[in-house]
Amino acid sequence: MLQLTCPCCGATGEETEFHPGGEAHLRRVGPGASDEAFAGYMFTRKNPKGVHFERWRHVYGCGKWFHVARCTATLEVFGSYRADVTAPPPEILARIAQRRPGWRLEDWTGESAPGEDVDGGQGA
Amino acid sequence: MTKARSALNGAARDGAVRIEEAGLQGMLTLRGDFEDARFRAAAEAAAGGAPFPERRRISRKGERALLWMSPDELLVLLPWAEADAAAAEAARALDGVHHLAVNVSDARAMFRIIGAGAREALAKGAPVDLSRQAFGPGDLRRTRMGQLAVAFWQEDGEPETFGLICFRSVAQYAFDALCVAAREDSLPRAL
Ligand SMILES: [Zn+2]
Repeated sequence: MLQLTCPCCGATGEETEFHPGGEAHLRRVGPGASDEAFAGYMFTRKNPKGVHFERWRHVYGCGKWFHVARCTATLEVFGSYRADVTAPPPEILARIAQRRPGWRLEDWTGESAPGEDVDGGQGA
Repeated sequence: MTKARSALNGAARDGAVRIEEAGLQGMLTLRGDFEDARFRAAAEAAAGGAPFPERRRISRKGERALLWMSPDELLVLLPWAEADAAAAEAARALDGVHHLAVNVSDARAMFRIIGAGAREALAKGAPVDLSRQAFGPGDLRRTRMGQLAVAFWQEDGEPETFGLICFRSVAQYAFDALCVAAREDSLPRAL
């Protein structure tokens, strides 16, 4: 069972109280992006076995959107954080580093270095 | 002039605990910035002086109350006949302040679950830790009961009493679900 804590109202509930919103931290490409890059932004999603970042909505609760960092293999939740950020905050990354030594954010974003991607961060 | 009527007209049933539809109940939705002093004052005024509630709590003063529904939403409980005037008064008090003040009385249904074991009946339908340590008097939770979006809270005092609200359109489902959950001899014994 996946248990999430909503950072907006502080309530902890199991998965059915929430609604999944898909991959977190997508970056829109363009204007002027290639069709390929735009298709990637629209349709290509990561499917990691392990650490993942997602958007969730507290649909039966306070109604707010937020972010969750969790492990897709074990359902371990590393933490939830506010919706209006474009990358996981340091305390979440610290928690993941503690629980998954060796994991790197670059492995998730698919970027060789932050800010250098040209395809909107859609690499696997 | 048609006569106002609540969703289930005060239907009630005694099982392991008592389930009551609360009848006509005034409710205002108030949305705004919880940090704004004018918003806080207007909310407290609408609730007859009930203090601004803490997160996921209800604060009551007599038959009026303020319910914390989300980081920018309150529900005011008050007598049904006073809801329109209170909504207008809140709107007046908040003129120039970004807000929403709406009388939602007739869009909702309210129930009371009364008696020792009320929390056990509720817990059958909601994915919420309703143990005494986790959920006590004044605590409020928005969640689901079965497939319904609901909010419930525990009132102060004995016997154990919970209030619950849902949309009016699903009031019968909510009542039936609660009655099934509160069937005689269906609750854990050592309460
Ligand atoms: Zn929430």
